[in-house]
Amino acid sequence: MNAYTRRVFFTLIILLSVFAIVDASDGNGIDSGATAWMLTSTALVLLMIPGLAMFYGGLVRSKNVLGTIMHSFAAMGIMSVLWVMVSYSMAFGPNVLGGWFGWNPDFVFLKGIDESIMDGGVPEYVFSMFQGKFAIITPALIAGAFAERVSFRAYVVFIALWGIFVYNPLCHWVWAEDGFLFNMGAAGAIDFAGGTVVHISAGISGLVVALYIGARRGFPYTAVRPNNLVITMLGAGLLWVGWFGFNAGSSISSGLSTAQALTATQAAAASGALAWMIIEGLHRGKATALGFASGILAGLVAITPAAGVVQPAGALAIGVIASLICYIAIFSKNKLGYDDSLDAFGIHGVGGIVGALSLTFFIRPSWMADAAEAAGGSWTIWQQFGVQATAVGIAIAYAGLLSLVLIFIVDKVFKFRSTDKEEMAGLDRSYHGERGYGLINPN
Amino acid sequence: MKLIIAIIRESQLDEVREALIAAEISRITVSKVSGHGQQQQEEYYRGQKVIPNLIPKIKIEIALNDEFVDITVNTIIKAARTKNGVQGEIGDGKIIILPLEECIRIRTGEKGGSAI
Repeated sequence: MNAYTRRVFFTLIILLSVFAIVDASDGNGIDSGATAWMLTSTALVLLMIPGLAMFYGGLVRSKNVLGTIMHSFAAMGIMSVLWVMVSYSMAFGPNVLGGWFGWNPDFVFLKGIDESIMDGGVPEYVFSMFQGKFAIITPALIAGAFAERVSFRAYVVFIALWGIFVYNPLCHWVWAEDGFLFNMGAAGAIDFAGGTVVHISAGISGLVVALYIGARRGFPYTAVRPNNLVITMLGAGLLWVGWFGFNAGSSISSGLSTAQALTATQAAAASGALAWMIIEGLHRGKATALGFASGILAGLVAITPAAGVVQPAGALAIGVIASLICYIAIFSKNKLGYDDSLDAFGIHGVGGIVGALSLTFFIRPSWMADAAEAAGGSWTIWQQFGVQATAVGIAIAYAGLLSLVLIFIVDKVFKFRSTDKEEMAGLDRSYHGERGYGLINPN
Repeated sequence: MKLIIAIIRESQLDEVREALIAAEISRITVSKVSGHGQQQQEEYYRGQKVIPNLIPKIKIEIALNDEFVDITVNTIIKAARTKNGVQGEIGDGKIIILPLEECIRIRTGEKGGSAI
């Protein structure tokens, strides 16, 4: 090799290696693979909100279909604006007020993260928007508990306050690096994608509000038939699809843990749906479409906290356990006679609790080994169970109590419950001046 | 025997239905209809005020023995009026009463007043 060819050869190598570096990252620390997946996940979680609107919208009477859909859509507007303004700071800023929530003045209006890249190579904007989608879906879930009977104006005020005083602190405790539940026990309370933060808090808050404002007119003697189970089924399908962003995106990376969460999610949703179908088939003699959809949701809700730590067999088991217990919960609701209209508590509250507790028994051995190392020797599943139960108990107590205070204030100031006339005429006409199915009439 | 046809506002359906049930008139047929009356109803679509040319209404049909006609008519009028059942507004609807020639219960084949 003479001097000339050697020079060309080395120049080529240098050029190639530069290209290789450019290929893996664009030079300022961004991992484009992880970022691309997080962008996708953010969009997938947003897709769950119209999915939820369709799921809930199909289950109510036709006079309330738009009002119910608007409960989800309004959350997209309100919670997103709040998230940019203060909520990201409250959720992911450093501890203030003894760790009640976080606060970082730089995060207000997201102005301090304009150019920041997180450790995993993901721009902080993407992380912030991804987390913001969870803040939207949680209050939208609550609305299922008090469907068909609340004033729209009061609802808007309620979810804004709820987001600030219930969601943001819980999110901070569980997911911020200095949150106290994040650091509880050997390796923290396990809440991979929001079993406590999203589902338990939404379920309990919904139950509290439903009990506070009372049942719908004529409940339970007037049959309330779903106006359109077809859109309910499509909504359930969109929720299943979106849940891949919800769970697999929660690894905030694009790698092994993403794949583990994705697999667990699919396994639990499927086994939950199948279990519900079999249970209902044995109990009632017919496998309903709504039952199948409920099983999908029960499985997905229960695997949400667990997706990062369980293996596929465990995920299948969690799906089955969740469907069984949620089925019993909804059956007993009908006996107890409270009006959790669309089973926000029966599926999300109960399913979330079942998932957060039962995951303890299916944790993959390598996670337990790491936890034992962190604890300095040994860490048993019962110790982790204690941590899980504490986290669940705190979420129930905090969300329940604060929701009671908030609903009391909002009801006094804005009259949360619809008047009899508004309720009989329907939410669509009373609060929106529109109808959902106008086209069915010749016009 | 009479056949009562009431055309009412969509928003009053539940109120009329609950009032009829309270008056122990529970055998009714309800359908969605559209039509012209004196009313011009305004709705909003994307902030634009629009007046649909055919206004959606609810039609209730009730077959009755003669002695129930008065209470039924009074109940519907009270519940279908939109200003607290005292004073009505244009668009509250109409009640039409027709003579009813025959009524037959399909299950048993019985005819006349007892079949209603």
